[in-house]
Amino acid sequence: MRIDDHPILDFKRGKEIKFTYDGREMIGYEGDTIASALHAAGVRVLGHHFKTGRARGFYCAIGNCSSCLMTVNGRPNVRVCVEELKEGMVVETQKGKGELK
Amino acid sequence: MKYTEIAVVGGGPAGLSAAITAAKYGAKVTVIERNNNLGGQLKKQTHKFFGSQNQYASIRGIEIADILESQLKEYNVEVLNGATVLGLYEDGVLTIDKKDKYIKLKPDRIVVATGAYEKFLSFPNNDLPGVYGAGAVQTLMNQYGVKPGKDVLMVGAGNIGLIVSYQLMQAGVNVKAVIDAAPRIGGYLVHASKIRRLGIPILTSYTIKEAHGKDWVEGATICQLDENWQMISGTEIDMDVDTICISVGLSPLADLLWQIGCEMKYIPELGGHVPVRDENLETSKEGIYIAGDVAGIEEASSAMVEGRLAGLCASNSLGYSIKDFEKERRDLLEQLNSLRSGPVGEKILKGLERVSKVIA
Repeated sequence: MRIDDHPILDFKRGKEIKFTYDGREMIGYEGDTIASALHAAGVRVLGHHFKTGRARGFYCAIGNCSSCLMTVNGRPNVRVCVEELKEGMVVETQKGKGELK
Repeated sequence: MKYTEIAVVGGGPAGLSAAITAAKYGAKVTVIERNNNLGGQLKKQTHKFFGSQNQYASIRGIEIADILESQLKEYNVEVLNGATVLGLYEDGVLTIDKKDKYIKLKPDRIVVATGAYEKFLSFPNNDLPGVYGAGAVQTLMNQYGVKPGKDVLMVGAGNIGLIVSYQLMQAGVNVKAVIDAAPRIGGYLVHASKIRRLGIPILTSYTIKEAHGKDWVEGATICQLDENWQMISGTEIDMDVDTICISVGLSPLADLLWQIGCEMKYIPELGGHVPVRDENLETSKEGIYIAGDVAGIEEASSAMVEGRLAGLCASNSLGYSIKDFEKERRDLLEQLNSLRSGPVGEKILKGLERVSKVIA
């Protein structure tokens, strides 16, 4: 899902960044957000609605709509569309509304 | 408590232009931007701008962002990035969350340049992953280099829908069709022609009837509308797509203005509720100025001119002596007027008439 050839933009991938998604080892690149790295790896379902259980993905990708909330390093309700990907991040699908520990 | 003369909320085209102009005339300026990067939505605009030289015509948005950022450095503007404004209170204090640090900022003047958000559309299964804002898809592709899917249905033939369709094709994604409920294409014909030349059909008087799929988008049904915007049964077309882009307009992100009690009016031509303002872009609350999409949805070109006007007037109101202030002000107003010519401009002017106060 990465763009390799582009007539205007030259995507210089930064260094590889390892992270986990629900326990699975994944790879993104420096400059990715969590959502862009997941989407590039084919993950579109980021969570489920806390009442209806319907699948949720991102909608706005700029931090407005809160459709992309996940638990990151144990912290719930992180907007993964604007959260920069960092080495070793533990990204998890959030259950319910998320609880602060 | 931190102190500054002019706080600019938002580091997009309007905010950066306001900050540069205000600082140029001597004011101490602080820009607060929630992203780590400055430039706002310019960062994903790979197309060349229209307008005149004053608004960086024929330069790509991504390059304009870099130009503005380097000017900002020249004038020593303070930047708080990765910082979200949480609230604006009666005593004029802005509260800010900067990477988990809580900051209180007391400015003498505020320019609110918070931009807009993408509107949504109701249809069955519109909540499936794969239904994305057109701007979101632009961000994913042009900022992060990731494709949204393989086959796209674009809903909305305004400028954003048309431009993003073209950019999807540039990124190697197939756009199956662009549809619009209106009987006419809303965007500029030059953009429409570009995507038609690529063989993408633009279907006017068509809407999306529903999306299909279990956990994500696996298809869509579109349907023709009659002159009363009602679906004509029997005209349904099933489309094999994995992504549906929604491009049905933007709404001003005006929460801060609501909180502080600025007088607001619902103006459909400007995208929703917008603040009442005078010619100098000052709201009903003294010392609070606006610029860009939060003042009414327009293009980045006019957002930059509004930013300069707000920055100029805020600096002037602080008592900085500005040589040729009136000439500068007139020139910016004239630039805005010329950007608002043509049919789209007419609509904007009609909306502005109902929300602009005359300076006593």
